[in-house]
Amino acid sequence: MKREFARIGLASVVVALLAMFAAVGHVGGAAAQEKAGTSAEVKIDNFSFGPTALTVPVGTTVTWTNRDDIPHTVVSTDGVFKSKALDTDDKFSFVFSKPGTYPYFCSIHPKMTGQVIVQ
Amino acid sequence: MSQSRKDEILHDHNQDGIDRRGFLKCMAWAGTGALCVMQGGVLKSYSMSRANEWNAAKMTGELSFAQISDSHMGFNKAANPDVAATLKAAVDKINALSVPPEFLLHTGDISHLARPEEFDTVDQILKGAVAKEVFFVPGEHDVIGDEGKQYRDRYGKGTQGEGWYSFEKRGVHFIGLVNVVNLKAGGLGNLGGEQLEWLEADVKQLKASTPIVVFAHIPLWSVYPEWGWGTDDSAQALSYLKKFGSVSVLNGHIHQIMQKVEGNVTFHTAASTAFPQPQPGKADSPGPMKVPAEQLRSVLGITDVNFVRGQHALAIVDSQLG
Repeated sequence: MKREFARIGLASVVVALLAMFAAVGHVGGAAAQEKAGTSAEVKIDNFSFGPTALTVPVGTTVTWTNRDDIPHTVVSTDGVFKSKALDTDDKFSFVFSKPGTYPYFCSIHPKMTGQVIVQ
Repeated sequence: MSQSRKDEILHDHNQDGIDRRGFLKCMAWAGTGALCVMQGGVLKSYSMSRANEWNAAKMTGELSFAQISDSHMGFNKAANPDVAATLKAAVDKINALSVPPEFLLHTGDISHLARPEEFDTVDQILKGAVAKEVFFVPGEHDVIGDEGKQYRDRYGKGTQGEGWYSFEKRGVHFIGLVNVVNLKAGGLGNLGGEQLEWLEADVKQLKASTPIVVFAHIPLWSVYPEWGWGTDDSAQALSYLKKFGSVSVLNGHIHQIMQKVEGNVTFHTAASTAFPQPQPGKADSPGPMKVPAEQLRSVLGITDVNFVRGQHALAIVDSQLG
């Protein structure tokens, strides 16, 4: 039993270390994104946008991918961008060149809403 | 669903095999075929399993029509790789009805992606129906990308605004409403001020005894707002119909049969001819529900409606495709 505990303890340490590395890696990635021309992704799954709120630096290209069996659209509430119908696995991209908050929704299923925050 | 049989007659006051409380069970077994008759605002129900006991004279009305919905032509995913075949099966079913319907109502989502070839295929298949006249309202899939312009070019001749209209058939007043355009972020289906004004004027001159049938794609009652299954301004629309003794509201959109009675208004949603969707809240999302291939046709269907004058009766029969 003791050996078993020890093993779990070791595993936990390894997981914690991996998580730390991942966190460090993520910070590095965010720093890199501050340069123009970076990209970010939003996945459409189960009639929802993920992440619902996405924060990106100015100049980021955001790409939406529809992974549902039903078509969706990505339409800016303020008329800034508007996709065509995205069938399964179709993508739509938009370059955010100005800071601001961009709310959007699926014009076919308006309960689906999201926003892109450009800093 | 034969275990439901014992539940269907609870209080048979008129010895006619039907009762009001039994209606509550109607929804539960409607999927396997049920007949719901509305008389004086009270919906009464029969089970298809007792079809041989029905009084044919009561069922045969002066007006008979069939509703189909959500054909989603162009859909080709696992939930139904051949939606053309199941639409053809629906047409065969309609053609085999003992009382031939005079016309068809299609309550929207004719197409899956509003592509011209999808509409063409549906038109071609519907030409096989014995009933030649088809009345449409658009679903949200039919207006993708152009807010319904193509839909109206094809199906909207003589309609108002975004495609709404009314017509008379044998003294019954039919109203086709559009609640799938100009949808607002975070909202539900939407009729809009212009359409509501038109509706109010459309029914103003009608006698209160005129039977009314309203048809629209998204339910005009709050089925499950969390999934967008409702219409934001439907209460306003229904307020104009309060004076009428018999109002039937036929919808699609949710790919399953549901009924509700509120005063003199009977709400009914039809099955899809393409694929089923989950019961409200019973899945992560309202996306297409996969069932074993051999069960698919049992969860698709058509709706047959008979109107019987004098009795204020509207008999709504849902039949599965297989």
